[in-house]
Amino acid sequence: MIPEIGHFALIMALALALILAIVPAWGAWCRNVAAMSLAPGLAMGLLFFVSISFVCLAYAFLQDDFSVKVVASNSNSLLPPVYKFSALWGNHEGSLLLWALILCAWTAAVALFSSQLPLLVLSRVLSVMGGVAVGFLSFSLLTSNPFERLLPSIPSDGSDLNPLLQDPGLIIHPPLLYMGYVGFSVAFAFAIAALLGGRLDAAWARWSRPWTNVAWAFLSLGIMLGSWWAYYELGWGGWWFWDPVENASFMPWLAGTALIHSLAVTEKRGVFKSWTVLLAIFAFSLSLLGTFMVRSGVLTSVHAFATDPARGMFILLFLAVVVGGSLTLYALRAPTVSSRVGFSWVSRESLLLLNNVVFLVATLTVLFGTLFPLIMDALAQGKYSVGPPYFNAVFVPLMALLAPFMGLGPVSRFKRDTLPRWTSELLVPAVAAIACGLTLPLLHGEYNLWVALAVTLAGWLLLGLLKDLWFRIGGGRDIPTGLRRITPSYWGMFLAHLGFAACVIGVVATTQYSLERDLKMSPGEREELAGYEYRFIELAAVRGPNFVADEARFEVWSGSELVARLAPQKRRYLATGSMMTEAAIDPGLFRDLYVAMGEPIGEEGAWAIRLHYKPMVRWMWLGAIFMGIGGILTSFDKRYRTQRSTSRSSATGAAHATQA
Amino acid sequence: MPPRLKLFLPLILFAILALFLLRGLELDPKELPSALIDRPLPEFSLPALGEEKTLNRVSVTGKAALFNVWATWCVSCRVEHPYLQQLADNGVPIYGINYKDENAAALKWLDELGNPYLANIVDAQGTLGLDLGVYGAPETYLVDAQGVIRYRHVGVVDDRVWKTLLEPIYQQLLQGGSP
Repeated sequence: MIPEIGHFALIMALALALILAIVPAWGAWCRNVAAMSLAPGLAMGLLFFVSISFVCLAYAFLQDDFSVKVVASNSNSLLPPVYKFSALWGNHEGSLLLWALILCAWTAAVALFSSQLPLLVLSRVLSVMGGVAVGFLSFSLLTSNPFERLLPSIPSDGSDLNPLLQDPGLIIHPPLLYMGYVGFSVAFAFAIAALLGGRLDAAWARWSRPWTNVAWAFLSLGIMLGSWWAYYELGWGGWWFWDPVENASFMPWLAGTALIHSLAVTEKRGVFKSWTVLLAIFAFSLSLLGTFMVRSGVLTSVHAFATDPARGMFILLFLAVVVGGSLTLYALRAPTVSSRVGFSWVSRESLLLLNNVVFLVATLTVLFGTLFPLIMDALAQGKYSVGPPYFNAVFVPLMALLAPFMGLGPVSRFKRDTLPRWTSELLVPAVAAIACGLTLPLLHGEYNLWVALAVTLAGWLLLGLLKDLWFRIGGGRDIPTGLRRITPSYWGMFLAHLGFAACVIGVVATTQYSLERDLKMSPGEREELAGYEYRFIELAAVRGPNFVADEARFEVWSGSELVARLAPQKRRYLATGSMMTEAAIDPGLFRDLYVAMGEPIGEEGAWAIRLHYKPMVRWMWLGAIFMGIGGILTSFDKRYRTQRSTSRSSATGAAHATQA
Repeated sequence: MPPRLKLFLPLILFAILALFLLRGLELDPKELPSALIDRPLPEFSLPALGEEKTLNRVSVTGKAALFNVWATWCVSCRVEHPYLQQLADNGVPIYGINYKDENAAALKWLDELGNPYLANIVDAQGTLGLDLGVYGAPETYLVDAQGVIRYRHVGVVDDRVWKTLLEPIYQQLLQGGSP
């Protein structure tokens, strides 16, 4: 009964989404205030019904209702409850429902927090989001119904959740990632609404900015969690593989990074309008393209969902309607007159333009590398796979190019700046950064040119930021007052840029300084790696809720001091019989110690053991967390909320409608 | 170009991309045809596992046979091993290519799990694997009596794979035809 309620609620949601997509848009077209005013209520109703549907499916998972097909094929009665719940999105059908839920939550949030928006704009924005919801809800209902029953032959137990997904990181990774993906639909909807209304102005950019920044922050955190999960769960210490599915999440992030910077220029200076709109369309299109790649089976990937050509065709059609439609609208409505507001080449606008170019080129190179196997196959040129060498070769130089200009960014001024001012402001930071680059890598003992370069660039970013902060708080005359004057959006930028610097150091240091040894070890043996002595104390058999495991107990000693006890496991999951490696990690700000078990060798309890020493690997994820916090912080800026009183009067629509 | 037309560029690029994606739906990226289908088995001269002799292309051809790429580090190989044994017991000739492995471990494996192979080519450096274009163990090649590769299967050979994919071709090869 419960699954049928869920199914019915999903159908109701689709009906509401259809009304939301059509009626307020029609109202905006013929200036019908009553039709436009329906939009917020419809958005709330949509969220209500999708939530019911989601709760019903969650209930089926938690109650082990194996008559529901997705529960039977992705859960098991032995599974711990928290994984029963997260199993909901460990499969195609359920994750699609999660996607729809998050989309409806964003839509409802826009309806709720946008009372300062003119009704005309709000109704268009919500209509566009309703249209996107129609696409996803009908995709779910027509090709991937999560409530399909296995009647009359109900299996006695489920075939279990893939053990790789039975992990705390994977409980929150997909929701965060989807928050980011779907969040770009808000920026997209604002862009489409602006094109429809023909008003691309600073107000439009100000409305979309907080939403875009928050979506970008969630995407940053989601990608970071995915990378962290791969690091500890896959058992060989890698943290980024340039796999098509990873790229699918990374491309919207790159385009989104360009978008949040471009929106800043459009808001502050009213330039780059068409460009910003295009980026907003681009970022969301890449989210949809990612969905297509993951769920249609056009690319091989280690973590693609089970695929089905009918689903692929549906998403492709949906993609054609959404992206093709919005790009047609763009071509017809985007302003061709270049803005009268000019700026000199030495200005913050130029630096942000450079940021946009770098991120766009980075997005396109990743897109090209990801789709290259498909393109060559379609042209009958044979099978190719594009791996990390390509991506590293194109991506790393782009980021290295970005960093020097990024350091200039915060210090620079809009419209017109001068090179002598940049020089006088930043000579000291530049010299100090180079000094850091020359000396700091020595602390590690072994001097490495790449690390020196990374430290120089990161130091340059950090010192530039500090110099700018010092200037903004009034040069130290009255620090508490000065600090209070700093806006949340500035702190957000500060943290996010700081996070980028930390990422640069983390990525380069861990790539250059990591050590690993593959060994055959028996209990009682000792091995040395990077100054740490790993002692294999004993081998034990342990039992978990739904698995049995061999556990190798290690002690790590540095001289006469016990640093860590590590217990990697080799698990066998009972329901499927699949084997899983559970690495043991002693984390640290400056180094991770990492032990993973391979295969048993011989009869006497010897195992293939992999020891890793990973310096500064945490900096990369810490950097991503900084970026995420920074992105969220910017949305707390007062200027996004104070418009309320003035625009209330125009919210009735009439005044604004005539202008538009 | 008039400025308005320039704005159509993104749309045109997307249309081209969409055409490729549409074509992509019909293609299977997991299908890995060997460049060597209908080409002779590459020349090699490698030691035999556990025997004091060298194997080459001539010494392992002459009748239709399976060539199975395996290694002791490969978990799936352990899964397919009993089925290979069953095939060998039914008279299907199977040659092993012991790929990037240690001799002692491989001998111990055969000792414990049984030996379905007529002979094992020791490809410790992976050179024969490179020539064959091995993607990962296990892989199984069908080679006819003239030493020409007729089919390549990536992944575990089990009852379903044998009955639906390999056996029909193998029967044809036995009768001297080409698939």
